[in-house]
Amino acid sequence: MNLEKVVFGFFILLALTLNFGFFLGEIDNPEHHNVYELFAAIIVSLIATVLKFGERTQIGAVLLASSLVADLQLISAAIVWAVAVHVLDIGLTPAVMASIVSLSGGALLANAVSTILLTVETVTLHR
Amino acid sequence: MTTPVAARGSIVPIILRRMRVPIIVLITAYALAVFGFTLMPGVDDQGEPWRMTFFQAFYVVSYTGSTIGFGEVPYDFSNAQRLWTMVSIYLTVFAWLYSVGTIIALIQDTDFRNALLRTRLLRSLHGIREPFYLICGYGDTGKLLARALLGRKQRVVVIDRDMTNVEELRSRDSGIYVPAFCMDAEVPGNLIDAGLQHPWCAGVLAVTDNDHTNLKVAIATKLLNRDILVFCRVDTEETANNMLSFGTDLVVNPCEDFAQRLVMGMREPDAHRVYDWLTSLPNAPLPHRPEPPQGRWIICGFGDFGRAVYRALREAGLSVLVVAEAVDDCPPGSIPGKGTEAVTLNQAGISEADALVACTDDDADNLSIMVTARQLNPDIYMVSLENRLYNRELFRAANPALPVQASYLTASRFLSVLSAPMLRDFLEQSARQGNDWNHTLVKRLAEISGDMTPDCWTITLGDRQAPAVMQAQALGEPVQLGNLCRDPRKRRDRLNAVPLMLRRGGECLLLPDDDTLLQAGDRMLWCGTPQAEALLGWNLHHLNSLRYVHTGAHRPDGWVWRHLARRRAAGDS
Repeated sequence: MNLEKVVFGFFILLALTLNFGFFLGEIDNPEHHNVYELFAAIIVSLIATVLKFGERTQIGAVLLASSLVADLQLISAAIVWAVAVHVLDIGLTPAVMASIVSLSGGALLANAVSTILLTVETVTLHR
Repeated sequence: MTTPVAARGSIVPIILRRMRVPIIVLITAYALAVFGFTLMPGVDDQGEPWRMTFFQAFYVVSYTGSTIGFGEVPYDFSNAQRLWTMVSIYLTVFAWLYSVGTIIALIQDTDFRNALLRTRLLRSLHGIREPFYLICGYGDTGKLLARALLGRKQRVVVIDRDMTNVEELRSRDSGIYVPAFCMDAEVPGNLIDAGLQHPWCAGVLAVTDNDHTNLKVAIATKLLNRDILVFCRVDTEETANNMLSFGTDLVVNPCEDFAQRLVMGMREPDAHRVYDWLTSLPNAPLPHRPEPPQGRWIICGFGDFGRAVYRALREAGLSVLVVAEAVDDCPPGSIPGKGTEAVTLNQAGISEADALVACTDDDADNLSIMVTARQLNPDIYMVSLENRLYNRELFRAANPALPVQASYLTASRFLSVLSAPMLRDFLEQSARQGNDWNHTLVKRLAEISGDMTPDCWTITLGDRQAPAVMQAQALGEPVQLGNLCRDPRKRRDRLNAVPLMLRRGGECLLLPDDDTLLQAGDRMLWCGTPQAEALLGWNLHHLNSLRYVHTGAHRPDGWVWRHLARRRAAGDS
């Protein structure tokens, strides 16, 4: 058992599940999407990214890339949220909420790719 | 903090790898602080309870964490919020301190700095777009080689195990950047890093002071890059034979080399002089050495050098006596002692001896032997071995008849072969020509050289090195060798250069005559002053210069002038 793999697997899966939790629900209903979940998803995703720093393998590089994509999407979602609520004062209208959630949906996809890559790596490693 | 740094590749992964933990600590600290702020109950200016949103919390933590301090916004904090602010300050400030500390430690880390340096060296190596030589070992020989090659505007790359040598090279301003690696040349991977398989690597010069290392370098070169030259310095005959067996291009055993030359100097002083002058480092004063006497010899010190000299002198049929500290493996009749004391030297019969060789491993002993010997027998012919170049001034003051520097011998042999690959053949053939033939050549060399050792160079007659000769031939004007040797500024003067050898097909012509007609594909070995080499270049490259030295007439070359000349010629007829 490789502790590095365990820790990374934990964070990448946690990022995926948190992301999924935030994503789940009606796309334009603010009631269905908890801000704390988005926050947790961002933090966990960032940590997962950092864990891939300095990886020399090919698959490590792709994992880092997909992780960075997820970060970018989630942070964009958070920025949209902050701008809509605090800067423009339009509040969480269905349109705003929909774009936030769709951004997090993109991140979800990137996280899913990460997880698949991780699985592939693990499977080939054990063969 | 001493994680081993990976041998190759970029340093960015190293930084990122090291920064993993600090960045995670920072993210976690910020996350905790932000999260806490969103939970702390507060009271706004109307007295209503409120809680920070993530946006506000992140804003507060951002200025708290960077210790800027902005006051309490958007409303005065409640005590719960102030409590959390204190927690956040300690949390984030310590996280920052830790991260910054890690970066500083990383920068100071020697492994990291070596990796940084190595990356820079590798990058500069990849940027080389001209032939370069890889010098393994930057001792005395390596230094001489590097200096001479750089002087000829050739690129070199240096590997040495000793950090002080490498630092010395880095601090020296050679005019051309010299990538210097501090690593062990015995490891093939290091050689590859230093450019063994680089497309522009022209040759490897193995001049470490360790036979085994040189051997390994030669093997690695022949296996990993068959096409390039590898020159080696050796101390023992077995290693030399071993190296030659797998095709090392040049093996120089300075001891053996010197011993052979010493005997050559006795038998055929002029042949030796030719050899000596042509293989010296260029632009040094022309050495004029007295001939070694053929009488009784004393050798002090029986190392590699003493042994080689002993063998050569015995083969030449001279009587030789050895003075050595350990006489067990010395020839019978040897005298125990260092030779630095008058007692030992008297015992060896210094007053009746004709020549003395001081060749211990210690320069101080060699100097001391010379001084003592001269007091006992002022007329004795003295040969002394200089082990280290930095003792040169002392040896110069002691003024032996024949100073020997092993490093200089090796370097000059390497360089003479490098600069003129035909020189080796020429020297082999000229040594067979007898002393009279060499005597004539010596006179001629002395005339042209102006008391400095001449340069040697080779020319291949072709479109690249001699376009003018090719053009003249195409126009039906065959070129005589003698014309090439004329000064392109004043054709009555001869250039200070001598064509030593001409190779056409498989044939070699020593000292070709002036009326030899040149042909495409001829290879010629020249020797002379650097200025003559430059002037010769005019004859080889410019048809007009060539025609001038050939006929003495200046011909018009521009389109207009040619046209006018043709009209004039037409008008005359």
